[in-house]
Amino acid sequence: MGLLSDPVRRRALARLVLRLNAPLWALPVAWLERTMRSVGLEVYTQSFSRKLPFPDETHERYMVSGTNVYGILRAPRAASTESLVLTVPCGSDSTNSQAVGLLLALAAHFRGQIYWAKDIIFLVTEHDLLGTEAWLEAYHDVNVTGMQSSPLQGRAGAIQAAVALELSSDVVTSLDVAVEGLNGQLPNLDLLNLFQTFCQKGGLLCTLQGKLQPQDWTSLDGPLQGLQTLLLMVLRQASGRPHGSHGLFLRYRVEALTLRGINSFRQYKYDLVAVGKALEGMFRKLNHLLERLHQSFFLYLLPGLSRFVSIGLYMPAVGFLLLVLGLKALELWMQLHEAGMGLEEPGGAPGPSVPLPPSQGVGLASLVAPLLISQAMGLALYVLPVLGQHVATQHFPVAEAEAVVLTLLAIYAAGLALPHNTHRVVSTQAPDRGWMALKLVALIYLALQLGCIALTNFSLGFLLATSMVPAAALAKPHGPRTLYAALLVLTSPAAMLLGSLFLWRELQEAPLSLAEGWQLFLAALAQGVLEHHTYGALLFPLLSLGLYPCWLLFWNVLFWK
Amino acid sequence: MAVTDSLSRAASTLAAVLLLSFGSVAASHIEDQAEQFFRSGHTNNWAVLVCTSRFWFNYRHVANTLSVYRSVKRLGIPDSHIVLMLADDMACNPRNPKPATVFSHKNMELNVYGDDVEVDYRSYEVTVENFLRVLTGRIPPSTPRSKRLLSDDRSNILIYMTGHGGNGFLKFQDSEEITNIELADAFEQMWQKRRYNELLFIIDTCQGASMYERFYSPNIMALASSQVGEDSLSHQPDPAIGVHLMDRYTFYVLEFLEEINPASQTNMNDLFQVCPKSLCVSTPGHRTDLFQRDPKNVLITDFFGSVRKVEITTETIKLQQDSEIMESSYKEDQMDEELMEPLKYAEQLPVAQIIHQNSYLHKIWDKIRIIFFALFNYKI
Repeated sequence: MGLLSDPVRRRALARLVLRLNAPLWALPVAWLERTMRSVGLEVYTQSFSRKLPFPDETHERYMVSGTNVYGILRAPRAASTESLVLTVPCGSDSTNSQAVGLLLALAAHFRGQIYWAKDIIFLVTEHDLLGTEAWLEAYHDVNVTGMQSSPLQGRAGAIQAAVALELSSDVVTSLDVAVEGLNGQLPNLDLLNLFQTFCQKGGLLCTLQGKLQPQDWTSLDGPLQGLQTLLLMVLRQASGRPHGSHGLFLRYRVEALTLRGINSFRQYKYDLVAVGKALEGMFRKLNHLLERLHQSFFLYLLPGLSRFVSIGLYMPAVGFLLLVLGLKALELWMQLHEAGMGLEEPGGAPGPSVPLPPSQGVGLASLVAPLLISQAMGLALYVLPVLGQHVATQHFPVAEAEAVVLTLLAIYAAGLALPHNTHRVVSTQAPDRGWMALKLVALIYLALQLGCIALTNFSLGFLLATSMVPAAALAKPHGPRTLYAALLVLTSPAAMLLGSLFLWRELQEAPLSLAEGWQLFLAALAQGVLEHHTYGALLFPLLSLGLYPCWLLFWNVLFWK
Repeated sequence: MAVTDSLSRAASTLAAVLLLSFGSVAASHIEDQAEQFFRSGHTNNWAVLVCTSRFWFNYRHVANTLSVYRSVKRLGIPDSHIVLMLADDMACNPRNPKPATVFSHKNMELNVYGDDVEVDYRSYEVTVENFLRVLTGRIPPSTPRSKRLLSDDRSNILIYMTGHGGNGFLKFQDSEEITNIELADAFEQMWQKRRYNELLFIIDTCQGASMYERFYSPNIMALASSQVGEDSLSHQPDPAIGVHLMDRYTFYVLEFLEEINPASQTNMNDLFQVCPKSLCVSTPGHRTDLFQRDPKNVLITDFFGSVRKVEITTETIKLQQDSEIMESSYKEDQMDEELMEPLKYAEQLPVAQIIHQNSYLHKIWDKIRIIFFALFNYKI
């Protein structure tokens, strides 16, 4: 999978690195400090360290320690009550040195102006998002992810907005903007409109999700392209990853964007002066604000840079999907009630015989076992992979990351084998009532979970609802069992993840072959677990502790004997 | 000898007659001039200039108000007779790239802030309540003199308001509004307390004409920058400062006023023609039905300037005493004196009056007081 996947190679490399006593790539902290000080900023550094739960194959790091460097430009005539941040995340895989150059040039230019009413913080972080998270936690004096970061020496007031910059080369053909952040949070739409205004004013080519703006909305092409952009945004928002430094700022309610300069094979190229002008305009406009950005929407979907879909239009869709679950639950409740009445009559006629409580008691007992077992499986799925990685590496020739992923898949598949065992735990008198009651509980559980998820992260809720609601509504022991089983497996959370990966690459016009897709899937699983531990992303716990047990209940219902 | 004597006497009498006739003609001419001297009916001028919006991007409202302030001061109204209310400080705002200036023309041609601007109500003191208190005179005794509108029944008052408005209201400070009904009632209070002789009301906001629709007091003339349903637009942005500097209506009013000097005879009809739709994009409106004089007889300087009427004359003018008015005013003074008793503080309270009038309540009130103080002491 990566450089560190072979344990032998890994040990050799660790020994080499220890001997060199130097990391593979480090931020030139002293040079940055000197340069920022010569520009006239107040310069501070912050060190941080973190031991990841298991080695990160994509970024090739395990025990991370680094230094962030930031310079504060104080507003000449205002009290330092508010600030703006321009951040450049640097890492070993993307050195982002051009962006550092632009940052220093902008700092020098801004230092010569007298119209700043807010302090401006120029932040260069090491190890990409890990450094940004460390800085943010120290700035806001919290510790949500277990990062060890030294406290900040210099501070500048409440952060009103932040822009993250990623440039790969010194000429750009287009600027790509990323808005989706951690757990699907979005910045205020006004910030995106600000960027779009300066793109138009400066004549820059700006893209969203890597796609150009559709020009022709009258024919079918425009709306189709808009739909593709929208689907890409839904997929990215559902994944809950911070797609850039800005995603971590959003947790602290700081409106933030990431701008990526892309150098592709276009004829017309813009130099960094054009990008710098756009940034200067954005910062000057943000400087004029007296209040936090609050006038525009916080929840929206974007088919294009200049179009959006507001929450009032798209939320009813999820509402209707969950209504299906509600109606199915109601139907089951009615059936159970009738079945209960039907049982009463033959029992009541021959005298004081079987009263209702025992049959209901049996129903409840038969419910508790599957619930507990599936929830326990979910807990195992959440806890065991990371806990058991060392045991796995001792017994199998795999690296830690591989061990985690394979444990995940193993526990997931083991859940499929469950129904054949739960029936030996409890015997029921009325088998029909048993599975109906279980399915009722499972439907309500699923509806509640999806409702809560849709409120916080609409895209995730919608994707899960479209996949799981039909399968959940249809699942019953009678009927074409293999068909229903196949449907249920195809709509399980893991399969949905796999499918959405393929869809995502398809929409980006870089389709995957099956093998590539599988590799990407494994990497995505590892990243999901890792991001939960390092940034607090919620996709992994939601799927493992919430949706997987629910899905197991439906699997139980399907294989009810 | 006798002939010359008689000739000279005739000549002198003729001269005397001629002189007398000329004198009488001249005297009546002087008296006509004296009549004309008091034609407009006002003896002093006041100005209340209000800018109601804060935030840096409402720079233009402060510039509007300051340009009217500048014209009014140039034409003679002193600072002691101007109440200037600015809701935000643009000159010393940290966002101002040219500190201590407020420009009204781009390329920084005209700085309306100047060296001698006296702001009476600043920043958060510009509220609806303070504005209405200034107009009606219901001001706490601790208010300094510069914050009062000390007008009398011979004052001509100019009221200029600018900011963000809508149909029937004007927004103060982004948090409260004044409605056209409140404003009309405030003007009626001013009329009943004889706090003005004539009033000119100018408003430069969106849908400004809605603010003068409800006036019902006499001697008010009103101008607005746009009709109901129209927006008033701003004039020109300055790329160095980064905001719009002026609103269109006030920009053209300022240009018009720059050509007025204290001696000019321009009248109100010319002011009504300022900023036609081609320049202003909105349609300015005016209302003169409550005003008693014809607008073409009203000079601009009647409201915008404080013209001290001075005429040098070597003639003596007999001003007729109108004995009826004198006697009635004397009688009124006497009556007031008879009625005035030294009032004690407690008796002025209506509660005290009710109690003294009604002895039953008096006893109850005493009992209530005793019980109240007993309970109060018990609690402690």
